[in-house]
Amino acid sequence: MSTPLRNGDGPLYADPSANRAREFFHTKPRSMTDKLMSVKDAVARLIKDGEYLAVGGFGADRLPSAVCHEIVRQNPQNLTLAGHTATHDFQILAAGNLTGRGKLIARVDAAYIVGLEARGLSPHARRVMESGEVESTEWSNYSLAVRFKAAAMGLPFLPMRSMLGTDTFKKSPCKEIVCPYSGEKLLAVPACYPDVGVIHVHEADRYGNCRIRGTSVADFDLARASKKLIVTCERLIPNDDIRGDPTRTLIPFFCVDAVCEVPFGSYPGNMPYEYFSDEEHLHQWLEAEADEAEYKKFIDKYIFGVSDFSEYLQLSGGLPRLQKLRQEEFLLNRGK
Amino acid sequence: MSATYNPMELMICCAARLLENGRTVAVGTGAPCAAAMLAQRTHAPDLVVFFESGGVGPQLPTMPISVGDSRTFYRGIMATSMADVMETCQRGMMDYTFLGGAQIDAFGNLNSTMIGKDYKKPKIRLPGSGGANDLASFCWRILVLTNHDKRRFVEKVDFLTTPGYLTGPGAREAAGLAPGTGPYRVITDLAIMGYHDQTKRMEVLSLHPGVTMEQVQSNTGFAITAHGQLATTLAPTESELRILREEVDPHRYIIGRA
Repeated sequence: MSTPLRNGDGPLYADPSANRAREFFHTKPRSMTDKLMSVKDAVARLIKDGEYLAVGGFGADRLPSAVCHEIVRQNPQNLTLAGHTATHDFQILAAGNLTGRGKLIARVDAAYIVGLEARGLSPHARRVMESGEVESTEWSNYSLAVRFKAAAMGLPFLPMRSMLGTDTFKKSPCKEIVCPYSGEKLLAVPACYPDVGVIHVHEADRYGNCRIRGTSVADFDLARASKKLIVTCERLIPNDDIRGDPTRTLIPFFCVDAVCEVPFGSYPGNMPYEYFSDEEHLHQWLEAEADEAEYKKFIDKYIFGVSDFSEYLQLSGGLPRLQKLRQEEFLLNRGK
Repeated sequence: MSATYNPMELMICCAARLLENGRTVAVGTGAPCAAAMLAQRTHAPDLVVFFESGGVGPQLPTMPISVGDSRTFYRGIMATSMADVMETCQRGMMDYTFLGGAQIDAFGNLNSTMIGKDYKKPKIRLPGSGGANDLASFCWRILVLTNHDKRRFVEKVDFLTTPGYLTGPGAREAAGLAPGTGPYRVITDLAIMGYHDQTKRMEVLSLHPGVTMEQVQSNTGFAITAHGQLATTLAPTESELRILREEVDPHRYIIGRA
C-alpha cells in the first residue's frame, strides 16, 4: 500500500544538531544586564556576513522594519534567510541584491517570499529570485514554524504531516520516516537554529523581557530557537511592570541580546492595537519597483538617503500620517 | 424576481452555501473571507473562522488586507500562534479551507511556486506554499475559488506546491497524508465542480445560469466530464446580495473586481 520512504533533494542551510546548539546555548549570557542600544549598534554587533537570519511577525504585520532597513544600509553579505511569511521584510532585504551593492541574500528557505499577499508580487524581489543569484529550497509556513519549534525544544528534528507527496517536499531537504509506534508515514523536518532572529514587540524592559498583543505567529519559538536575538519595541517599560504581571511575558530576557526602542517600528506594516498598515506607501513601493531606475531612486530616498528609522518615518508623512493610521487601526474612520 | 449580479458575487454566494453551521474554516483574505462572512450572516452564524497567523473566531469588522493583520482577530475568541492554528488542523478539527493558485490540474493539485521548467531559474517566481500545503494536507475539505481559464486549469502543473489527489485514487494515503482529506469543490465564474468518487478527477456538478458544458470544456486544459444530470447553479437571492453588498463588502473591494 505505502510507497518506499523518500528524501527531498534540496540542500540544508542550517545545522540541525541539538548537541552543537546546546554547546552554543551553554555559553549564552544569562545575567540581567542592560541591553538597550540603537538599531545601528544592534545590527553592527550582531549580524555578520554569511549568517542565517529569521524575521518575526507575519509579513507586514508586527514587522521589525527598522532592523530590516538598517541591515540593507550596513549591507552584510551572503545571508541565508528564513522565508517564513516573508512579504514586506523580504521586499526590503531584496534591496541588497541586484542594486550594485553585492549580494545581501545568498540563500533562502522559501515558504512565502516575493509576494505581498493580495497587494501583488514584488517586481524587484521577482527579479532577484528569477536571476538565479539566490539559491532556494521549498517549505510551507507551518513546516518552517515547526523547524523553529524543534530548535526551541532543543531537538534536531520534529515529525509532522504536510508537504508529503508534493514538489514542495522534493525541493526541500526533508525526509520521510515511519512512526515507531503507529507505523504511520511522517515528514521529518530538521530543526532551524537561526544565527540571528529579529522580532518587533509592543513592550520590552531594558533587559529584554517582552510582551506582545495579538497573534504571536511563530515568535514564541523563533525567540527561543535563535542563537542571537534582536528585539525592537514600540515602548520601553519598567521591569516592575513585567514582574507585576509575568503571565504576559512572551519572551524572557535570557533569549535576548539587544533591545531597541523604535516607536512605530512596524511601519509601514500593521501593529495590532497601535496603528494599521500604510497601504498607500506599500503600493508606492510596489509601483516604484516596476521600473529599475525608479526603484533605485525610491530606495536611495527611503533607505540609503536616511540615517535612521525616525528619518524614514518623517519622510513618509511623520506624526500626522501615523495618527491617521492609528485612527484606522481603531476603525474610527469607517464610512468616511 | 431574478436579481442582477456579477460573477464574483455568484461565486462568493456558492462558496458561502457550502459552509455548514457549527463547522470550522481556515480562510485567507479576499473572496474566501467574504464567503465565510456571508455564511455567518445567513445560515451559519456559528461558523468559526480561523486565520493561519493565529486569529480565531473574529467578528470581522471589515475585510482584512493581510492574513495576519489585526482584523483577523478583532473581537475574536483567541489570538494565538500559527502552530496552534495549524495543529488544530493537523488534529483533524478543521472542516474546510479555501485555497488558490496560478495553476490547478484535474486532481486538484495546485501550483503557487513558479511558472517555467527550471526551478533554479524560473520564468516567474511566485510566493510558494505559504500555509497552503499545510492546510491542504490537514483540512477535511479543500475548496478552491478561482476564475476559469485554460492558463489556470492545466493538464500538468509546472510545480506541485500543494496536494490535491496527487496522481489519483489512493495517492494521498500512500504519500502519508491523512485519510479522508482532500479536494472537495472548485467554484469558478462558469461552474461548480467536484471530484469523481472513483477516479478522483474533477467533474462538473452544476453550470452557472447561461453557461454551457462546451464553454467549460473550452476553458479547461484537461478533459472534463459532467457528473450525471447537470444542475443549474442557483442564482444569488435578493437577501444574499443585500448582505454581501451592504454588510460584507460595502467598499466593493472584492465584488468590484468582477
